[in-house]
Amino acid sequence: MSHDNSTEIVQRGAGEHPERFDDPGVHQPNPRLGDLDEKAAKKAERQVAALFTVSIVGTIVFVWAYFALPPGEKPESMRLSNIVLGLALTCILLGIGTAIIHWAKTLMSNKEYVEERHPQRSDDETRAGAIQALQDGAADSGISRRGALKGAGLTALALFPLSIVLPLIGNVGEDWNVSKFKHTMWRKGTRLAYDPTGRPIKASDLTIGSIAHVIPEDLHEAESPLDEKAKAVVLLVRMDPRDLKSEREPGFGFDGIVAYSKICTHVGCPVALYEQQTHHLLCPCHQSTFDVADGAKVVFGPAKRPLPQLPIEVDAEGYLVARGDFVEPVGPTFWERLT
Amino acid sequence: MTTTTSTPTGAARAASATADYLDQRTGIGHAVKYFARKVFPDHWSFMLGEIALYSFVTLLISGVFLTMFFVPSMGETHYDGPWPSLNGVEMSEAFSSTLRLSFEVRGGLLMRQIHHWAALIFMASIVVHMMRVFFTGAFRKPREINWVVGFVLLILGLAAGFSGYSLPDDVLSGNGLRITDGVVRAIPIIGSYTSYFIFGGEFPGHDLIPRLFTVHILLVPGLILALIGLHLVLMVMHKHTQYPGSGRSDKNVVGYPALPVYVARLGGNFFLVFGVIALMAGTMSINPVWNYGPYDPSPVSAGAQPDWYMLFLEGALRLMPGGAEFVIGQYTVPLNVIIPAMVVPGILFTLLALYPFIEAFATGDDREHHVLDRPRNRPFRTAFGVSLLMAFFILVLAGSNDLIATHFHMSINDITWAFRVLLFVAPWLAFVITKRICLGLQRKDRELVLHGHETGRIVRFASGEYIEVHKPLDAHERWLRVQHEAIRPLEIEPAEDSRGVRRKGYRRDTMRRRLSELFYEDRVEPVTPSELAAAQAHGHGSHDAVEAGPATRELASSAPGGGQHLVDPHDETAADGRNHTV
Amino acid sequence: MKALAARRHDRRAPVVLLLLALLLTGGLYAVFAPAPAGATPEQAAATATTDDIAAGKALFQANCATCHGPTASGTDVAPSLIGVGAAAVDFQVGTGRMPMQANGPQAPAKPVQFNDEQIAQLAAYVASLGTGPAIPSAEQVDPALGDPANGMALFRTNCAMCHNAVGAGGALSGGKFAPNLWETTPTHLYEAMLTGPQSMPVFNDAIITPDEKRDIIAFIDQQGGAAPGGLDLGSLGPVSEGLWAWVVGIGLLIALAVWGGAKSS
Repeated sequence: MSHDNSTEIVQRGAGEHPERFDDPGVHQPNPRLGDLDEKAAKKAERQVAALFTVSIVGTIVFVWAYFALPPGEKPESMRLSNIVLGLALTCILLGIGTAIIHWAKTLMSNKEYVEERHPQRSDDETRAGAIQALQDGAADSGISRRGALKGAGLTALALFPLSIVLPLIGNVGEDWNVSKFKHTMWRKGTRLAYDPTGRPIKASDLTIGSIAHVIPEDLHEAESPLDEKAKAVVLLVRMDPRDLKSEREPGFGFDGIVAYSKICTHVGCPVALYEQQTHHLLCPCHQSTFDVADGAKVVFGPAKRPLPQLPIEVDAEGYLVARGDFVEPVGPTFWERLT
Repeated sequence: MTTTTSTPTGAARAASATADYLDQRTGIGHAVKYFARKVFPDHWSFMLGEIALYSFVTLLISGVFLTMFFVPSMGETHYDGPWPSLNGVEMSEAFSSTLRLSFEVRGGLLMRQIHHWAALIFMASIVVHMMRVFFTGAFRKPREINWVVGFVLLILGLAAGFSGYSLPDDVLSGNGLRITDGVVRAIPIIGSYTSYFIFGGEFPGHDLIPRLFTVHILLVPGLILALIGLHLVLMVMHKHTQYPGSGRSDKNVVGYPALPVYVARLGGNFFLVFGVIALMAGTMSINPVWNYGPYDPSPVSAGAQPDWYMLFLEGALRLMPGGAEFVIGQYTVPLNVIIPAMVVPGILFTLLALYPFIEAFATGDDREHHVLDRPRNRPFRTAFGVSLLMAFFILVLAGSNDLIATHFHMSINDITWAFRVLLFVAPWLAFVITKRICLGLQRKDRELVLHGHETGRIVRFASGEYIEVHKPLDAHERWLRVQHEAIRPLEIEPAEDSRGVRRKGYRRDTMRRRLSELFYEDRVEPVTPSELAAAQAHGHGSHDAVEAGPATRELASSAPGGGQHLVDPHDETAADGRNHTV
Repeated sequence: MKALAARRHDRRAPVVLLLLALLLTGGLYAVFAPAPAGATPEQAAATATTDDIAAGKALFQANCATCHGPTASGTDVAPSLIGVGAAAVDFQVGTGRMPMQANGPQAPAKPVQFNDEQIAQLAAYVASLGTGPAIPSAEQVDPALGDPANGMALFRTNCAMCHNAVGAGGALSGGKFAPNLWETTPTHLYEAMLTGPQSMPVFNDAIITPDEKRDIIAFIDQQGGAAPGGLDLGSLGPVSEGLWAWVVGIGLLIALAVWGGAKSS
């Protein structure tokens, strides 16, 4: 790269000064204390030995603690066991590590050596040889003359992975029936029950300002209870009917009691931080905020859609029951959600 | 090194016999001769990659221990053990065996904590190592491929961390998986099927833990191991880069021989890394899954966050406003998930992976580089790297916004809004400020080279004038500050050739010139010998530098304005003066 | 002595000292970390006399009526207290939340303004205005009688989303927050569940039965103490773990790398 921008100065110093500075060459470090004074070297040797001794003592302590300090039954005894074993292991390892590094720093030669580098690129002769070798190989195989072999061979190789991939893809997604996303186990007449105890809920249980976390009463009879629970959990809120501005599905609630899906319409976290005074429901994962008093509409955060509402009523014994499933898929958005 | 003495001892004879045995069967002598005294440059920052390597070794050691006691099954069981708040609780075998190995296996909790801390340190050291490589330009030819290998290792590290984090089957990691499910479902057309693919049906299903286990202990570590091998082979093949300094050039490598110094350092560093991780594991609790309880799709706890290396994704998801979801026909496209979870990290990672190629394109330079850049000498790159890090950092903070809110008594909504703005403003600001700092540091280097160190010694001349004595730099000090080249923007051939015909590829060249200008328009040239001579010869007495006799002592006045010419106007070249590599 | 003094100026001295100090503080803290204060259950509400009610009324007029209105029926700035019961008063006044010091997103706990007798009088007065939840008995809130395993199951479904998995506290919207529960007395915990103060929803005795409330108290009683793994780092989860991994882990490792790379003198 030329330095034509500094012509003025270059001209003034023409002939006297090179364009760039010269490299002054490797600067060997100053001798260390130990290089000059055998006493200092001896001292360093003792330090290294002491550090190794720390490690040896650490191992002894570790073995002792393994037998003498079992984790026991209490958090305090578990913590003691963990700390003593951990600090002993720290001494074992840091003892060896610092000893070796200290040794290398103080007692091993600190003379720097210079080694030549060679370009990564192979020279022209080698390259020519390599190309020749490839050509000879190709010629010996006769691949260029026997086109049928080329086609058949490539096809066979390309098809072979299918035998691994097909059974893998075929089985790995179970039945691939993705329409299960659209339904939950709520049926007409399914009683609402407390999560996790499973006690059925009476409408009279809920006073104004109270909430309940809800599962279907027959959850444990389901084939895969966790899969069903992941879709069916509901949050039940009772507020003063005068505070209830709107519902997601008008008429789905009962006397100020509304039941909304607890699965966030953003990416599916359980939305459960209900603020009694503002009637806001906040998701602790990404802070989508839903207004339960106003149809569970999104008032803040990354979710777009309101939470789906579960239609509820009261049965003859006063228990809350579902009037049917949700009318839309619960949880996060997916491509074919509306189909 | 001396193994043979005049009267060989028994041990020496045995060693020589073993060596002979091995060499006759493997020809290992060649390798030993090649490697034993191979030279490695030394700098503390070269250990950052070693931290990553050794925390991975620590992960392997502690991981093998854990597999002996962990049961990767989602089968139901009831806990019966020393933790009262979980007694009799229904949970998966995975969770229950995690509790057993933490509470009942002696040293098990220590090993588990070592494993998890090592994982956090592994990812952190990869990031720090990558920053070192980036800011010093160690990714330049011939090391672009090794940069890509390292980048893939970063991604595999994320995969290893995420799959391991979810194995205990607790509520916290379970909600992380649930978010993963939500993100996967957001993919247009194939989203639902991908979710089934991962979970073996509906979330959470019964297959996930065994599947993650295989991914975590076989697939990902196998790949990491293979790529670490490749990474190191390439490193040895290229010979390590070295920092600029006297005697160091692109044609040589200066440092300590492998035996004994470098091997000792390598070995010692393993123990240091493992030791620090053991210290953390012995004293600081990590991922206490018994606090969260076994996975259940209903509960969630405040502070629901992933480990730090996934926090930027969490932050991106939190910042994105929800309005971006839309419906075409019957189909829903949740851009409010796709943008933060796929597009934003996609952009950040693609820029990171491709940066060496982008820079090479803008520089138009196909020489090999083995001497590292001082970050100040490449202002654009340094500023660009800082602004990428800033964007990452803002996202990490956004992922912690609830903790910021409670610790600093702020509103979570205000914080989110502030970060929404900062995500766009802060990287830009960081870029501008960093670039200015780099240029300023380069000017300071010039000033030092031209005028030497201030000594604080004030001399009064007979005329009554006061000057401060400056001590010129010695050759080694000066070399460090003048050895680099200031790269200039590319110059392109004119749009039309001599016969007035518009040539092909002109548009591409124009784009390339623009990119090159973006990189190298602003720069400070290093001092040339003639400039130094001119500075020293300048104005005897009246101006800047005084030659004090035959000794190279330089006296420079501290009079106001004395520094003006230090950075000569033509040192900061504008549009002219391009190189001719295109 | 001289040798030691000279050694102090050694370049490595700060690093070694720092390491030792870290080891020592870490180890010592973990061993001697204060156990949670033994929570003594508050005295059960004494049977209120008419004198108490009168004294409570006087206190109310002097300290509360400005916001809650002279008849405690509420104003624009504060809710009605008719029917909130003695439990609500004992909680709000007994934790220092009331009287409120300044307008803010929520009333935080602060040093208690009244003595136990005055609180009981205020509670008696408010309880006399309309039936509401009473202050629980010592037996109702005794952690030793609860089942922590059932408590944890209930806590993580009903409470953990706001108060964090072990009650370390968490953020709500708009600057509000769910407080840390480790220092809260069992009686106040019980009252909070029963009355639903401020943002907190009401968990009446039908939703979480008195026995279940005691189980939850038994669970919280075990939190915030010794963590089996060492320092609990605030029990805040992965964010604080990540922060310490960078500060302590990467910090120490870089310090060691710099020491290893520095030229020996």
